[in-house]
Amino acid sequence: MTGHDAHGQDWDRAPGEEYINGLGMGQAFALYGVGLFLAVLLTAVSFYISGTGIVWKPSIPVALVVLAIAQMGIHVVFFLHITTGPENTNNVMALGFGILIVLLIVVGSVWIMNHMNHSMLPMQQIMQMQR
Amino acid sequence: MTSVPFSSGEVDPYRHGPRAEPYRGPDAPGHGGGGAAPKRVVVAYGFWIFLLSDIVLFSCLFASYAVLVNATADGPSGHDIFSRGSVAIETACLLASSFTCGTASLAMEARSKLWFYVAMAVTCLLGLGFLFLEANEFIGLVSQDYGPGRSAFLTAFFSLVGCHGLHVSVGILWLLTMMAQVFAKGFRPDIERRVFCFALFWHTLDIIWVAIFSLVYLMGVVS
Repeated sequence: MTGHDAHGQDWDRAPGEEYINGLGMGQAFALYGVGLFLAVLLTAVSFYISGTGIVWKPSIPVALVVLAIAQMGIHVVFFLHITTGPENTNNVMALGFGILIVLLIVVGSVWIMNHMNHSMLPMQQIMQMQR
Repeated sequence: MTSVPFSSGEVDPYRHGPRAEPYRGPDAPGHGGGGAAPKRVVVAYGFWIFLLSDIVLFSCLFASYAVLVNATADGPSGHDIFSRGSVAIETACLLASSFTCGTASLAMEARSKLWFYVAMAVTCLLGLGFLFLEANEFIGLVSQDYGPGRSAFLTAFFSLVGCHGLHVSVGILWLLTMMAQVFAKGFRPDIERRVFCFALFWHTLDIIWVAIFSLVYLMGVVS
Protein backbone atom coordinates (compact mmCIF):
# COMPACT_ATOMS: atom_id res chain seq x y z
CA MET A 1 0.00 0.00 0.00
CA THR A 2 1.43 3.30 -0.97
CA GLY A 3 -1.13 5.58 0.60
CA HIS A 4 -1.68 7.40 -2.68
CA ASP A 5 -4.95 6.93 -4.47
CA ALA A 6 -5.55 7.62 -8.14
CA HIS A 7 -6.43 11.25 -7.47
CA GLY A 8 -3.26 11.63 -5.42
CA GLN A 9 -4.76 14.11 -2.99
CA ASP A 10 -6.13 12.35 0.08
CA TRP A 11 -6.36 9.10 1.88
CA ASP A 12 -10.06 8.83 2.76
CA ARG A 13 -12.21 7.39 0.03
CA ALA A 14 -15.78 8.19 -0.94
CA PRO A 15 -18.19 5.25 -1.09
CA GLY A 16 -18.37 3.93 -4.64
CA GLU A 17 -14.97 5.12 -5.82
CA GLU A 18 -13.59 2.70 -8.36
CA TYR A 19 -9.89 3.01 -7.80
CA ILE A 20 -8.72 0.37 -5.39
CA ASN A 21 -4.98 0.48 -4.71
CA GLY A 22 -4.43 2.27 -7.99
CA LEU A 23 -6.11 -0.18 -10.34
CA GLY A 24 -6.12 0.77 -14.01
CA MET A 25 -9.25 1.37 -16.03
CA GLY A 26 -9.29 -2.14 -17.51
CA GLN A 27 -8.91 -3.76 -14.11
CA ALA A 28 -11.64 -1.58 -12.61
CA PHE A 29 -13.93 -2.65 -15.45
CA ALA A 30 -13.00 -6.30 -14.88
CA LEU A 31 -13.89 -5.86 -11.21
CA TYR A 32 -17.44 -4.84 -12.18
CA GLY A 33 -17.49 -7.92 -14.43
CA VAL A 34 -16.50 -10.18 -11.53
CA GLY A 35 -19.22 -8.60 -9.39
CA LEU A 36 -21.81 -9.12 -12.11
CA PHE A 37 -20.72 -12.75 -12.56
CA LEU A 38 -20.97 -13.53 -8.82
CA ALA A 39 -24.32 -11.73 -8.52
CA VAL A 40 -25.78 -13.63 -11.50
CA LEU A 41 -24.45 -16.90 -10.06
CA LEU A 42 -26.10 -16.32 -6.65
CA THR A 43 -29.35 -15.17 -8.32
CA ALA A 44 -29.41 -18.27 -10.50
CA VAL A 45 -28.89 -20.51 -7.45
CA SER A 46 -31.73 -18.73 -5.61
CA PHE A 47 -34.13 -19.21 -8.51
CA TYR A 48 -32.99 -22.79 -9.03
CA ILE A 49 -33.46 -24.03 -5.46
CA SER A 50 -36.84 -22.30 -5.17
CA GLY A 51 -38.12 -24.36 -8.12
CA THR A 52 -36.80 -27.86 -7.51
CA GLY A 53 -37.17 -30.51 -4.86
CA ILE A 54 -33.44 -31.03 -4.70
CA VAL A 55 -33.20 -29.17 -1.36
CA TRP A 56 -35.07 -30.28 1.73
CA LYS A 57 -38.25 -28.19 1.59
CA PRO A 58 -38.24 -26.54 5.06
CA SER A 59 -34.64 -25.42 4.55
CA ILE A 60 -35.38 -23.44 1.36
CA PRO A 61 -36.41 -20.18 3.12
CA VAL A 62 -33.20 -20.26 5.18
CA ALA A 63 -31.16 -20.91 2.05
CA LEU A 64 -32.89 -17.99 0.29
CA VAL A 65 -32.09 -15.63 3.18
CA VAL A 66 -28.44 -16.73 3.23
CA LEU A 67 -28.10 -16.36 -0.55
CA ALA A 68 -29.74 -12.93 -0.45
CA ILE A 69 -27.36 -11.70 2.27
CA ALA A 70 -24.39 -13.10 0.34
CA GLN A 71 -25.51 -11.33 -2.82
CA MET A 72 -26.01 -8.04 -0.99
CA GLY A 73 -22.42 -8.42 0.26
CA ILE A 74 -21.23 -8.94 -3.32
CA HIS A 75 -23.06 -5.77 -4.40
CA VAL A 76 -21.61 -3.74 -1.52
CA VAL A 77 -18.05 -4.85 -2.28
CA PHE A 78 -18.00 -4.92 -6.08
CA PHE A 79 -20.50 -2.19 -7.00
CA LEU A 80 -20.42 0.22 -4.03
CA HIS A 81 -16.72 -0.50 -3.41
CA ILE A 82 -17.04 -0.50 0.37
CA THR A 83 -13.96 -2.32 1.61
CA THR A 84 -12.43 -2.97 5.01
CA GLY A 85 -9.37 -0.84 4.30
CA PRO A 86 -8.40 2.04 6.62
CA GLU A 87 -9.43 4.59 3.95
CA ASN A 88 -13.00 3.26 4.16
CA THR A 89 -13.47 3.31 7.94
CA ASN A 90 -16.12 6.06 7.93
CA ASN A 91 -18.17 4.34 5.23
CA VAL A 92 -18.04 0.99 7.01
CA MET A 93 -19.02 2.56 10.35
CA ALA A 94 -22.10 4.15 8.75
CA LEU A 95 -22.98 0.87 7.04
CA GLY A 96 -22.61 -1.03 10.31
CA PHE A 97 -24.96 1.36 12.07
CA GLY A 98 -27.46 1.04 9.21
CA ILE A 99 -27.37 -2.75 9.45
CA LEU A 100 -27.93 -2.55 13.21
CA ILE A 101 -31.07 -0.41 12.76
CA VAL A 102 -32.39 -2.64 9.94
CA LEU A 103 -31.92 -5.76 12.08
CA LEU A 104 -33.60 -4.12 15.08
CA ILE A 105 -36.62 -3.14 12.97
CA VAL A 106 -37.06 -6.37 11.03
CA VAL A 107 -36.15 -8.96 13.66
CA GLY A 108 -37.87 -6.97 16.41
CA SER A 109 -41.14 -6.61 14.47
CA VAL A 110 -41.27 -10.25 13.43
CA TRP A 111 -40.40 -11.45 16.91
CA ILE A 112 -42.90 -9.25 18.75
CA MET A 113 -45.77 -9.78 16.31
CA ASN A 114 -45.29 -13.57 16.25
CA HIS A 115 -45.28 -13.58 20.03
CA MET A 116 -48.52 -11.59 20.13
CA ASN A 117 -50.13 -13.87 17.54
CA HIS A 118 -49.08 -16.80 19.65
CA SER A 119 -50.59 -15.49 22.89
CA MET A 120 -53.85 -14.34 21.28
CA LEU A 121 -56.96 -16.40 21.88
CA PRO A 122 -58.14 -18.39 18.86
CA MET A 123 -60.67 -16.40 16.78
CA GLN A 124 -63.61 -18.70 17.68
CA GLN A 125 -63.12 -18.16 21.37
CA ILE A 126 -63.09 -14.40 20.90
CA MET A 127 -66.37 -14.63 18.98
CA GLN A 128 -67.91 -16.71 21.77
CA MET A 129 -66.84 -14.22 24.40
CA GLN A 130 -68.50 -11.42 22.45
CA ARG A 131 -71.89 -13.13 22.52
CA MET B 1 -5.75 8.04 22.11
CA THR B 2 -2.30 6.56 22.19
CA SER B 3 -1.09 4.81 19.08
CA VAL B 4 0.13 1.30 19.69
CA PRO B 5 2.85 0.45 17.22
CA PHE B 6 2.76 -2.95 15.52
CA SER B 7 5.57 -5.33 16.28
CA SER B 8 7.06 -4.40 12.92
CA GLY B 9 7.17 -0.79 14.04
CA GLU B 10 4.37 0.27 11.66
CA VAL B 11 1.59 2.55 12.87
CA ASP B 12 -1.89 1.05 13.05
CA PRO B 13 -3.54 2.25 9.83
CA TYR B 14 -7.01 2.06 11.44
CA ARG B 15 -6.09 4.59 14.12
CA HIS B 16 -8.47 7.55 14.16
CA GLY B 17 -7.43 11.17 14.16
CA PRO B 18 -4.45 12.71 12.37
CA ARG B 19 -2.41 9.98 10.80
CA ALA B 20 1.32 9.58 11.03
CA GLU B 21 3.55 8.76 8.10
CA PRO B 22 3.42 6.74 5.92
CA TYR B 23 -0.32 7.43 5.94
CA ARG B 24 -0.03 10.93 4.51
CA GLY B 25 0.80 12.65 7.76
CA PRO B 26 -1.25 14.95 10.01
CA ASP B 27 -1.66 17.41 7.15
CA ALA B 28 -3.81 14.96 5.16
CA PRO B 29 -7.24 16.50 4.48
CA GLY B 30 -10.09 15.25 6.65
CA HIS B 31 -7.83 14.35 9.56
CA GLY B 32 -7.47 17.43 11.66
CA GLY B 33 -4.44 19.40 10.61
CA GLY B 34 -5.10 19.26 6.88
CA GLY B 35 -8.50 20.95 6.96
CA ALA B 36 -11.72 19.57 5.61
CA ALA B 37 -11.84 16.52 3.36
CA PRO B 38 -12.29 17.20 -0.37
CA LYS B 39 -15.86 18.06 -1.39
CA ARG B 40 -16.06 14.90 -3.52
CA VAL B 41 -15.57 12.75 -0.41
CA VAL B 42 -17.90 14.81 1.80
CA VAL B 43 -20.73 14.82 -0.77
CA ALA B 44 -20.51 11.09 -1.43
CA TYR B 45 -20.33 10.35 2.30
CA GLY B 46 -23.41 12.47 3.00
CA PHE B 47 -25.27 10.75 0.20
CA TRP B 48 -24.17 7.38 1.61
CA ILE B 49 -25.82 8.37 4.93
CA PHE B 50 -29.02 9.28 3.03
CA LEU B 51 -28.97 5.93 1.22
CA LEU B 52 -28.62 4.09 4.52
CA SER B 53 -31.64 5.98 5.86
CA ASP B 54 -33.51 4.96 2.70
CA ILE B 55 -32.57 1.35 3.42
CA VAL B 56 -33.98 1.79 6.93
CA LEU B 57 -37.23 3.05 5.34
CA PHE B 58 -37.37 -0.09 3.21
CA SER B 59 -36.64 -2.25 6.24
CA CYS B 60 -39.87 -0.89 7.82
CA LEU B 61 -41.81 -1.94 4.72
CA PHE B 62 -40.08 -5.35 4.79
CA ALA B 63 -40.98 -5.76 8.45
CA SER B 64 -44.64 -4.94 7.83
CA TYR B 65 -44.68 -7.34 4.87
CA ALA B 66 -43.17 -10.11 7.00
CA VAL B 67 -45.79 -9.53 9.69
CA LEU B 68 -48.74 -9.39 7.28
CA VAL B 69 -47.69 -12.05 4.77
CA ASN B 70 -50.23 -14.58 6.09
CA ALA B 71 -53.08 -12.07 6.53
CA THR B 72 -54.64 -12.93 3.18
CA ALA B 73 -58.29 -12.53 4.28
CA ASP B 74 -59.25 -15.59 2.16
CA GLY B 75 -57.75 -13.83 -0.85
CA PRO B 76 -54.78 -14.99 -2.90
CA SER B 77 -51.44 -15.78 -1.26
CA GLY B 78 -48.04 -15.18 -2.79
CA HIS B 79 -48.05 -18.70 -4.16
CA ASP B 80 -51.11 -17.91 -6.31
CA ILE B 81 -50.04 -14.59 -7.82
CA PHE B 82 -46.23 -14.59 -8.21
CA SER B 83 -44.66 -15.86 -11.43
CA ARG B 84 -40.97 -16.73 -11.37
CA GLY B 85 -40.52 -16.03 -15.07
CA SER B 86 -41.22 -12.31 -15.06
CA VAL B 87 -39.33 -11.83 -11.77
CA ALA B 88 -36.29 -13.52 -13.34
CA ILE B 89 -36.39 -11.09 -16.29
CA GLU B 90 -36.87 -8.10 -13.97
CA THR B 91 -33.87 -9.26 -11.90
CA ALA B 92 -31.76 -9.70 -15.03
CA CYS B 93 -32.67 -6.15 -16.13
CA LEU B 94 -31.62 -4.63 -12.82
CA LEU B 95 -28.40 -6.65 -12.46
CA ALA B 96 -27.31 -5.76 -15.99
CA SER B 97 -28.23 -2.10 -15.42
CA SER B 98 -26.06 -2.02 -12.29
CA PHE B 99 -23.15 -3.22 -14.43
CA THR B 100 -23.78 -0.65 -17.18
CA CYS B 101 -24.15 2.07 -14.53
CA GLY B 102 -20.70 1.11 -13.23
CA THR B 103 -19.43 1.28 -16.80
CA ALA B 104 -20.86 4.79 -17.09
CA SER B 105 -18.95 5.98 -14.01
CA LEU B 106 -15.76 4.44 -15.42
CA ALA B 107 -16.41 6.22 -18.72
CA MET B 108 -16.75 9.44 -16.76
CA GLU B 109 -13.40 8.78 -15.05
CA ALA B 110 -11.89 8.22 -18.50
CA ARG B 111 -13.57 11.42 -19.78
CA SER B 112 -15.19 9.53 -22.64
CA LYS B 113 -18.50 11.24 -23.46
CA LEU B 114 -19.48 8.66 -26.08
CA TRP B 115 -19.13 5.67 -23.74
CA PHE B 116 -20.81 7.63 -20.96
CA TYR B 117 -23.87 8.28 -23.13
CA VAL B 118 -23.97 4.69 -24.41
CA ALA B 119 -23.70 3.17 -20.93
CA MET B 120 -26.26 5.58 -19.45
CA ALA B 121 -28.69 4.97 -22.34
CA VAL B 122 -28.44 1.20 -21.87
CA THR B 123 -28.95 1.65 -18.11
CA CYS B 124 -32.04 3.74 -18.84
CA LEU B 125 -33.49 1.16 -21.26
CA LEU B 126 -32.93 -1.69 -18.78
CA GLY B 127 -34.58 0.37 -16.04
CA LEU B 128 -37.55 1.11 -18.29
CA GLY B 129 -37.81 -2.59 -19.13
CA PHE B 130 -37.94 -3.37 -15.42
CA LEU B 131 -40.63 -0.75 -14.83
CA PHE B 132 -42.68 -2.03 -17.80
CA LEU B 133 -42.70 -5.60 -16.41
CA GLU B 134 -43.56 -4.42 -12.92
CA ALA B 135 -46.38 -2.17 -14.17
CA ASN B 136 -47.70 -5.11 -16.20
CA GLU B 137 -47.74 -7.29 -13.09
CA PHE B 138 -49.52 -4.63 -11.02
CA ILE B 139 -52.13 -3.97 -13.73
CA GLY B 140 -52.73 -7.71 -14.07
CA LEU B 141 -53.29 -8.07 -10.32
CA VAL B 142 -55.62 -5.07 -10.06
CA SER B 143 -57.67 -6.23 -13.04
CA GLN B 144 -58.21 -9.57 -11.28
CA ASP B 145 -59.56 -7.64 -8.28
CA TYR B 146 -56.37 -8.40 -6.35
CA GLY B 147 -55.57 -4.72 -5.75
CA PRO B 148 -53.97 -3.31 -2.60
CA GLY B 149 -57.39 -3.11 -0.94
CA ARG B 150 -58.05 -6.85 -1.18
CA SER B 151 -56.10 -7.99 1.90
CA ALA B 152 -53.44 -6.81 4.33
CA PHE B 153 -50.97 -9.08 2.55
CA LEU B 154 -51.61 -7.32 -0.77
CA THR B 155 -51.44 -3.87 0.87
CA ALA B 156 -47.99 -4.69 2.26
CA PHE B 157 -46.90 -6.23 -1.04
CA PHE B 158 -47.97 -3.23 -3.12
CA SER B 159 -46.39 -0.70 -0.73
CA LEU B 160 -43.06 -2.52 -0.60
CA VAL B 161 -42.67 -3.35 -4.29
CA GLY B 162 -44.37 -0.11 -5.37
CA CYS B 163 -42.00 1.96 -3.23
CA HIS B 164 -39.05 0.28 -4.92
CA GLY B 165 -40.64 0.90 -8.34
CA LEU B 166 -41.13 4.56 -7.42
CA HIS B 167 -37.45 4.81 -6.52
CA VAL B 168 -36.51 3.28 -9.89
CA SER B 169 -38.76 5.80 -11.70
CA VAL B 170 -37.12 8.70 -9.86
CA GLY B 171 -33.73 7.15 -10.66
CA ILE B 172 -34.54 7.12 -14.38
CA LEU B 173 -35.54 10.80 -14.28
CA TRP B 174 -32.28 11.53 -12.47
CA LEU B 175 -30.34 9.49 -15.05
CA LEU B 176 -31.83 11.48 -17.95
CA THR B 177 -31.09 14.75 -16.13
CA MET B 178 -27.46 13.67 -15.71
CA MET B 179 -27.12 12.83 -19.41
CA ALA B 180 -28.53 16.27 -20.26
CA GLN B 181 -26.22 18.02 -17.79
CA VAL B 182 -23.12 16.24 -19.09
CA PHE B 183 -24.25 17.17 -22.61
CA ALA B 184 -24.78 20.83 -21.70
CA LYS B 185 -21.98 21.40 -19.19
CA GLY B 186 -19.45 18.60 -19.70
CA PHE B 187 -17.65 16.70 -16.94
CA ARG B 188 -17.39 19.62 -14.52
CA PRO B 189 -16.50 18.70 -10.92
CA ASP B 190 -20.04 19.49 -9.67
CA ILE B 191 -21.65 17.42 -12.45
CA GLU B 192 -19.20 14.64 -11.68
CA ARG B 193 -20.32 14.60 -8.04
CA ARG B 194 -23.99 14.35 -9.11
CA VAL B 195 -23.29 11.46 -11.48
CA PHE B 196 -21.35 9.81 -8.69
CA CYS B 197 -24.30 10.08 -6.29
CA PHE B 198 -26.64 8.78 -8.98
CA ALA B 199 -24.46 5.69 -9.40
CA LEU B 200 -24.57 5.06 -5.64
CA PHE B 201 -28.36 5.44 -5.69
CA TRP B 202 -28.77 3.01 -8.60
CA HIS B 203 -26.54 0.33 -7.03
CA THR B 204 -28.46 0.65 -3.75
CA LEU B 205 -31.78 0.11 -5.55
CA ASP B 206 -30.30 -3.10 -6.92
CA ILE B 207 -29.40 -4.24 -3.40
CA ILE B 208 -32.98 -3.62 -2.25
CA TRP B 209 -34.30 -5.55 -5.25
CA VAL B 210 -32.13 -8.53 -4.22
CA ALA B 211 -33.98 -8.58 -0.91
CA ILE B 212 -37.36 -8.20 -2.65
CA PHE B 213 -36.93 -10.98 -5.18
CA SER B 214 -35.52 -13.42 -2.61
CA LEU B 215 -37.66 -12.68 0.42
CA VAL B 216 -40.95 -11.68 -1.26
CA TYR B 217 -41.20 -13.44 -4.61
CA LEU B 218 -39.15 -16.63 -4.27
CA MET B 219 -40.20 -17.14 -0.62
CA GLY B 220 -43.83 -16.62 -1.73
CA VAL B 221 -43.54 -19.12 -4.55
CA VAL B 222 -42.01 -21.73 -2.25
CA SER B 223 -44.48 -21.55 0.62
